[in-house]
Amino acid sequence: MPRPQLGESGMKPDNGISVARGPADYIGEPLPRANAVRLLAGRGRYVDDIRPPRVVHAAFVRSPHAHARIVAIDTSAAAAAPGVVRVITGAEVARLCRPYVGVLAHIKGMQSAPQYPLATDRARWQGEPVAMVAAETRAQAEDAAQLVEIEWGELAPVTDPETALDAATPVIHPELGSNLCFERIVDSGGVDEAMARAFKVVEATFLTARHTAVTLEPRSVLADFNPADRQLTVWLSTQVPYMMQWIIARHFALPETRVRVIAPDVGGGFGLKIHTYGEDLTAVAAAILLGRPVKFVADRLESFASDFHARGHRVKARMAFSREGDILAVEVDDLYGIGPYSGYPRGSANEGIQVANLVAAPYKQRIYRGRSRAVFQNKPMYGQYRAVGHPIACLTGEGLVDLAADALGMDPAEFRLRNYIPADAYPYRLVSGLTFEKLSQHEALEKLLAMMDYRRLRAEQAEVRRRGIYRGIGLASFVENSNPSSATYGQGGASIASQEACTIKLAATGGITVAASVVEIGQGAEAMVAQIAATHMGVPIGEVKVVTGDTETTPYGGGNWGSRGTGIGGEAVLQAAKALRANILSFVARLIESEASLLEIRDGNVVQVESGVVRMSLEEVARTAYFQTERVPRDFQPELTVTRSYAQKTYAGVYTNGIQASYLELDPETGVVRLLKHWVVDDCGTIVNPLLVDEQIRGACVQGIGAALYEQCLYNADGQLMNGSLMDYLVPMAAEMPDIEVGHTSTPTATSELGAKGAGEAGTAGAAAAVMNALNDAMKPFGARLYTMPFTPERILRALGKTGER
Amino acid sequence: MKAPAFAYVRPRSLGETFELLDQYGEDAKILAGGQSLIAALNMRLSAPRVLVDINGIAELAGIRVAGDGVRIGVLTRHRALEHSPEIARYLPLIHQAMPHVAHAPIRNRGSFGGSIAFADPAAELPACSLALGAEFVIGSKSGERRVAARDFFKGLYETDLRPGELLLVGDFAAIGAGYRSAFQELARRHGDYALVGVAAHAKYEGGVYSDAALAFFGVGGAPVLAQSAAAAIAGRPFSDETVVAAQRVLEQDLPTHEDLHASAGTRRHLARVLLGRVLRQLVQQRS
Amino acid sequence: MEPLEFMDISVVVNGTRITRRVAARQHLVDFLRDELGFTGSHLGCEHGVCGACTVRVNGEIVRGCLMLAVQADGAVVETIEGASDSGGLAELQREFHERNALQCGFCTPGMLFSAAELVARESPPTREEIRLHLSGNYCRCTGYQSIVDAVEAVCRGRSWEKAA
Repeated sequence: MPRPQLGESGMKPDNGISVARGPADYIGEPLPRANAVRLLAGRGRYVDDIRPPRVVHAAFVRSPHAHARIVAIDTSAAAAAPGVVRVITGAEVARLCRPYVGVLAHIKGMQSAPQYPLATDRARWQGEPVAMVAAETRAQAEDAAQLVEIEWGELAPVTDPETALDAATPVIHPELGSNLCFERIVDSGGVDEAMARAFKVVEATFLTARHTAVTLEPRSVLADFNPADRQLTVWLSTQVPYMMQWIIARHFALPETRVRVIAPDVGGGFGLKIHTYGEDLTAVAAAILLGRPVKFVADRLESFASDFHARGHRVKARMAFSREGDILAVEVDDLYGIGPYSGYPRGSANEGIQVANLVAAPYKQRIYRGRSRAVFQNKPMYGQYRAVGHPIACLTGEGLVDLAADALGMDPAEFRLRNYIPADAYPYRLVSGLTFEKLSQHEALEKLLAMMDYRRLRAEQAEVRRRGIYRGIGLASFVENSNPSSATYGQGGASIASQEACTIKLAATGGITVAASVVEIGQGAEAMVAQIAATHMGVPIGEVKVVTGDTETTPYGGGNWGSRGTGIGGEAVLQAAKALRANILSFVARLIESEASLLEIRDGNVVQVESGVVRMSLEEVARTAYFQTERVPRDFQPELTVTRSYAQKTYAGVYTNGIQASYLELDPETGVVRLLKHWVVDDCGTIVNPLLVDEQIRGACVQGIGAALYEQCLYNADGQLMNGSLMDYLVPMAAEMPDIEVGHTSTPTATSELGAKGAGEAGTAGAAAAVMNALNDAMKPFGARLYTMPFTPERILRALGKTGER
Repeated sequence: MKAPAFAYVRPRSLGETFELLDQYGEDAKILAGGQSLIAALNMRLSAPRVLVDINGIAELAGIRVAGDGVRIGVLTRHRALEHSPEIARYLPLIHQAMPHVAHAPIRNRGSFGGSIAFADPAAELPACSLALGAEFVIGSKSGERRVAARDFFKGLYETDLRPGELLLVGDFAAIGAGYRSAFQELARRHGDYALVGVAAHAKYEGGVYSDAALAFFGVGGAPVLAQSAAAAIAGRPFSDETVVAAQRVLEQDLPTHEDLHASAGTRRHLARVLLGRVLRQLVQQRS
Repeated sequence: MEPLEFMDISVVVNGTRITRRVAARQHLVDFLRDELGFTGSHLGCEHGVCGACTVRVNGEIVRGCLMLAVQADGAVVETIEGASDSGGLAELQREFHERNALQCGFCTPGMLFSAAELVARESPPTREEIRLHLSGNYCRCTGYQSIVDAVEAVCRGRSWEKAA
């Protein structure tokens, strides 16, 4: 792979992107991240690296049962243990912290019960925190936690989503009347008729396992309450500092202005760290009670048991098509089990909603019925995780498409091309009500086929098959939401920002400080901000300082989720940079009695546009405005700190599109799959830094591959997690992963000047589907198909009839 | 998690070690490489009162070739086995197995004796020891005794080691004329514990197999020598028929084992597949 | 010979001799982080699987979570801070940086140590060998390819030097 270079003109990779205009153009430059250097030197600063004086360490006592009454808790032995400062139970936290209910008002019929940070009367999942021990060291806290005596009254756990709504199944929250959290139905009408008169109908049931994000840095919180000024500072490994600030202020009845949330370096998010966790709120409660900093770092075992989970869907789906190969109708029925409560504040409905909305979304099918239901379970809490629902919608739709193509003897690429939403049909409104602004599906597919040399691969596949080697090629078209509006959360009453903002100030020596509401979690948000600001201000990028992740020093915004950082956050940066640039030019124009339109900022200097002659350096501008105000005309006050904000309000989300391909080899004797290569073509509009985007896409693909082949949370009938360690929950490691080639098409969005759409989740949206289709392609000679993930050797061998078991 | 509290002692000699083991009996655990023990402590799966760290006893490490034998000291690190020219030459089966043992940082600390004494059902070295007919020398305050590998591994994490005893060395016969070795392991990811594996050591001379030791691991408890399969190939050449004959009777040799990662049927099938592959691999080795 | 819950150890860490009393149960990385403030070594699992805790002891890479601090008595320990300051990882760090072979950075110190062991070998490894060697270090962010590219680039550079 060629080493990325930056010269005068820069080497921009050939990705067909039109770069935004700007005097010094960093948009599209594959620049290495300035804030990665300290991470490489081991000088990052994650929550657990922060050690204030007198900090106490928390360990949690957790329920060993999936469902049980808490009859009695005796903390006396624990409280007397060496090093213990305090033992806190649910009742005590409940006095300090208001309960929360994870429903969104705009999701009709959604219901959930109030939840407290620590279980009070009942524990409702194995691993639910029940008590907290605060001690001088974590080891002492764990020692004492083992001394907490709890008398349990075991209850029947609800662990099978398929039977959760049966009359015989206990209702977890009797006051809700059922275990149904919500149901979404999309129905265009005419589905049954279309299915009845179609040339053919293909159907399958798609099963995905429960997943957990496994961020390498576990969830971490450090809460520090100063009793003298009643100021609470919370260092949190979070993607959403402002959301947490609001939640903490609201639920602890603290003034928002007294709550500061700081995200230092964050060791991975992927959606895990956008939820409300009882442990975090309990740490806050403990800090308030003790007047000392309280730190909690989840260890890996408790992470498995208490991190928010995702996926775990059962989708029954069918697709009707004509003899010529046109999709006529699609129907899906999705069911998934969440936790005993809907997650707060985002709700646990989004995965299902996106499944109901988006199966076969790339295609122009208008007859569609989709249903999704989320049911409560006595299992860990459940919520958004990278690509939220899209992976399931994609594998369902793309699995059906391959079945249809196969039934017709049609090449799967040809089937897709035939059925894509026509290139001239945009903006295109789906049956589910979502609108696609503009996609580039045909172009992306053609580009993918060229990148992978599709014809040659097919020939190679046929040739090796004659020698008894079974390879498969799988395609997966996907769409992925990005730049969401308030339709996702704000309209439902959740206090989650759908806007972003940016404050840029000119420093005294001519550089700029850019405070942005986006959050850096390793994806490169700060680099993106710097590149945009430098470009639109005309300063060298080395003169840009970026500040993020602190509610006290950055403007308000939603943070990092939903692939919105660049599209929404970046636009705010762009507008702020343009506004500051305009202020500077009009100031200088006034000073030298010229016109702003005749001036420009290049390389940190205000210059004449035509001649390039330097009129003033930015340092001089700053010194004049700040120190030598006597040189400024009386009637003029230069504003050299500027804030701009931006929200996307045109669509519910600005959808992106892409396509992936997997080429794999199956060993039919052992059921082992070897991934030979993977390709992605993604359209995310304007790309600020292709180096960052491409690695985001690769990492996201690997998470999707993990879903396809490795990852599953295994529960027994009692709701006990059977594989809650890194030995038994298998995450993708380097040896089994393929090289992933990434290409782009580019359809900048018209909803912003930057034109950027999100890219962070695209890889995860389509990777599992591509692997699934490739596996089924490899198994075709055996007449076997598999739609239950992960595709373990055991499942593959069973499908091939090798194990003598059904 | 953080390990529970324990007391720690680092004896300087075998004599001191035996005194301590005798004194503390079942309350004590031996700390060698620690790659399994400390993980168990960190997960609070184990709570010994005393840890006896034998890493300071230099005489316990080392690979010695003497006559027809190779003696491996209990503290010999996996890394040493992996890179040892003596092991490659005289015990090629172990040389073949070592790259499958976890990852480099684990191999730097993990020890031969630790692997044998811990007896994880999916570990490589116990199976190799079984296939090679190793003998273990076990010491205690009351003296030494020798136990053959086939009598040493008794069940799931269960060996013939008694409280107060320390594994000292493994004695192996260097590979003889006409003998070959082969190793096959199936794991979900490189370095994982095996789903199923086989360590094979057999003579292939005059175009036929004889004296085959086929040690399967990952099959539930202790590694198992597949006697029926070995009998099925004795005196026969490598061929499709020979392989099928051995695969057919393999089921009799292996216990039924089911766990999170594979059902009994899957394991049986995979064992058959690996048997075929190891038989082929044996004849591809040069003796 | 009395078993003790607390012991004095003397260990050279990043070139400086340190003497401390430690709890026997404290593992090496907790000692480095909590006692000495070297927070560059990270904990991702404490069961030896993820590799985030990889440090150098007596010149070899080990899982710092699977070694007790008391076992480091008399040893020479190098953490990412020391290895970085000494310049020994400079080539790898530069290639990682230029290829964006890190995102959140949590796996990076351990990954660099593992990669450095590979780079120090005589003959340049193949891409597959690089992947096999790094398969003991979990990364959730990058998808591994850029890391493999970076290591390959350093190895290639080295072999050219050797050939020249």
